[in-house]
Amino acid sequence: MAVIRGGKSILLAAAVALGLPSVAQAGKANDTLVYASDSELENISPYHNSVREGVIIARHVWETLIYRNPTTGAYEPYLATSWNWADPLTLDLDLRRGVTFHDGSPFTADDVVFTFNYVLTPEAKVVTKQNVNWMQSAEKLDDYKVRIHLKGPFPAALEYLSGPTPIFPAGYFKKVGLDGFAKAPIGTGPYRIVAVESGTGVKLEKSKTYWKGSPIGEVAIGKVEFRVIPDAETRMAELMTGGVDWIWRVPADQAKQLETVPNITVLSAETMRVGFLQFDAVGRTNPNTPLKNAKVRQAIAYAIDRDAMVKSLVRGGARVMHSACFIDQAGCTDQGVPRYAYDPAKAKALLAEAGYANGFDIEIYAYRERDYAEAVIGYLQAVGIRARLNFQKFAAVREQSRAGKVPIFFQTWGSFSINDASAFTGVWFKGDDDDMSRDGEVKKLLDTADTTIDLDARKKTYAEALAMIADRSYLLPLFSYPTNYAFTADLAFTAQPDEMPRFYAARWR
Amino acid sequence: MLVFLLRRLVVALSVALTVSAVAFLLLHLSGDLAMAIAGPEASPGQVAQIRVQYGLDKPLPTQFLDWLVGALHFDFGRSFYFRDSVASLVVQRMPVTLILGAISLTVALLIAIPLGVVAAVHRGGWIDRAALVFCVLGQAIPTFWLGLSLIIVFAVNLRWLPVSGSSSWAHYVLPSIALGWYAVPAVMRLTRNGMLDVLASDYIRTARAKGLRWPSVLFKHALRNAVVPVVALAAVQFGFMLGGSIVVEAVFSMHGLGHLAWEAIGRKDFPVVQAIVLLLAGIYIGLTLLADLLNAWLDPRIRVA
Repeated sequence: MAVIRGGKSILLAAAVALGLPSVAQAGKANDTLVYASDSELENISPYHNSVREGVIIARHVWETLIYRNPTTGAYEPYLATSWNWADPLTLDLDLRRGVTFHDGSPFTADDVVFTFNYVLTPEAKVVTKQNVNWMQSAEKLDDYKVRIHLKGPFPAALEYLSGPTPIFPAGYFKKVGLDGFAKAPIGTGPYRIVAVESGTGVKLEKSKTYWKGSPIGEVAIGKVEFRVIPDAETRMAELMTGGVDWIWRVPADQAKQLETVPNITVLSAETMRVGFLQFDAVGRTNPNTPLKNAKVRQAIAYAIDRDAMVKSLVRGGARVMHSACFIDQAGCTDQGVPRYAYDPAKAKALLAEAGYANGFDIEIYAYRERDYAEAVIGYLQAVGIRARLNFQKFAAVREQSRAGKVPIFFQTWGSFSINDASAFTGVWFKGDDDDMSRDGEVKKLLDTADTTIDLDARKKTYAEALAMIADRSYLLPLFSYPTNYAFTADLAFTAQPDEMPRFYAARWR
Repeated sequence: MLVFLLRRLVVALSVALTVSAVAFLLLHLSGDLAMAIAGPEASPGQVAQIRVQYGLDKPLPTQFLDWLVGALHFDFGRSFYFRDSVASLVVQRMPVTLILGAISLTVALLIAIPLGVVAAVHRGGWIDRAALVFCVLGQAIPTFWLGLSLIIVFAVNLRWLPVSGSSSWAHYVLPSIALGWYAVPAVMRLTRNGMLDVLASDYIRTARAKGLRWPSVLFKHALRNAVVPVVALAAVQFGFMLGGSIVVEAVFSMHGLGHLAWEAIGRKDFPVVQAIVLLLAGIYIGLTLLADLLNAWLDPRIRVA
């Protein structure tokens, strides 16, 4: 033992002599919040990446015209001080004066007009086109007044203007182009980017010129650093050694381990991602598939104990969903939508009524959370449906699903964090390749709801469509997904269902 | 010597070409590239557009030829994912991997050669057996497991070294051990066998009979000959290490070529994968060539063989 101890002190002495860098580099002591995640940004420009890490950085560096209060869900002034619909296709906005970009240049209507008109061009090669292509064009009315022309009535416009449509500096962007911008980007947000290191991460610093009175409030933490660490175990080790302060998407078993580590807080919170089963109600896999019969689909809904799955499997902030959307999204409701409580006897009876008293064989395709899919299969087998799991990579399952080869699809959808029901229903029921039910009636109702500006009328139409979907059991919503965050106990951090960590609102304890 | 060199060069070039063609085919057989580029949320229309935009609608031989012509001009295209030139990406990430590989190889040789010599000298003894057990263990332990164990012991528990990254020399210590470990058994075994052969040969007996001192016999006469195959193996091992750095770079979050390759494969970022495959093959071939030349210098008999 003495030898080991001696050896250790020799090594430590050597380490000190050689100037070994201090292992912990993050934290309260040097006012640097280091957060780590697995995905690398393809491009820091928020219009040119599709990863969540890009969205996070965007929300700290750039600002949008409208702010959506994450607590109340209300739309508040941000870069725009007020807005009004001139007609369902025209939105006028007054802009804030006295805001400057990180290089000191003032923010004006030119920046808004340039940004939107630029991202609408095909040359801009915007990655997630649906975020912008509801706009026709943007027009300058005066230095602090802009008009946005829409392609069609689009009630979710305010939601999009409060999220994935940040404003770029027109003059600077025109000068440096996308390549230059990606290397040294500037915005009007509470943090400015000081370094973009390819593959390694991004360094942010509190902007000294950030405008007073912003709805996001006073920023407390001086520096924020994003590091790419692909391996989950390594991220955990970094957190435990103080190399990073904040990690997320921690697997349940790791989260449990981390809960026992002193000075680490584990937080489990709900996200907008919903897990669901989608059925081949049209008979594309097989014209005689039992799934064409609504009673069979309803039987499946009754057969699965979703409450039990949430309690024992999913855990941490998840909720059972009844409607084909995330319940907090604007327009989403489960009022008046048929519910399927766990009732295996009823499931069996329905199967018998449909002529499948002896059950049938079917395949379930899944690409993530194998254990959830296996639980579903267990429930189905208990009522006589002999389901087999076909677990594949996402791209492969989707290819087959779009080709009409998937009878039951265990899917999940995060709506791109767009807080509007259309971001969910629009994908699965509007007759596109991912629509497995192809019901004209449902589509018609959704078309109306998607383009109705009046929120109450909109809600009513969505409720009708969602009830129809549930009644015909085209899509069985299972539950919302939780995500586990783990961070240093020095940090006061709150999570939101839109999976948007707001480091600007975090502070040191 | 010139003929020897030319012959080797021709072989090297054809190997590089074959490797590229195989990599190209494998990548295209692994699924729809356009769909992979488009990402999970893309519509079929976008996928179709990407297929045309990236030339993925052309017949495979045409695509390969296009790529080859570009590669001959050192134009490896633009990354599907980063939309940046592949050449600049590779140049940015290369140093980390080369440094890691060089340190790892040095670590491996510094451990393996002395161990091999000692094992050969004490043939059949407990040192020899211990060294062989060490070899078996070395080959049995997966790199990622060793990497994570090193992190747990030296970074998490003892806090001597950083967990991940590549910003200082300290960041290279644990990854080099994890990567170097991989090469130790092979090099050690080869050194041991080489030494055994040489030590049993007549000239060593003569040298000893002449009354030369044992260390001088061992290092001047024996090792120089025993090390000939080790040089070749070390070159091969260095090539393996550059490939093996994929795992080590992922575990230690070092953003080198290995990590880039890993990510690119996952995203089916075809131009990047293809360029890295060619580059690694090139380095590998270059090293083998270098080893051949070095051996020819060490042992003149090889030149005429």
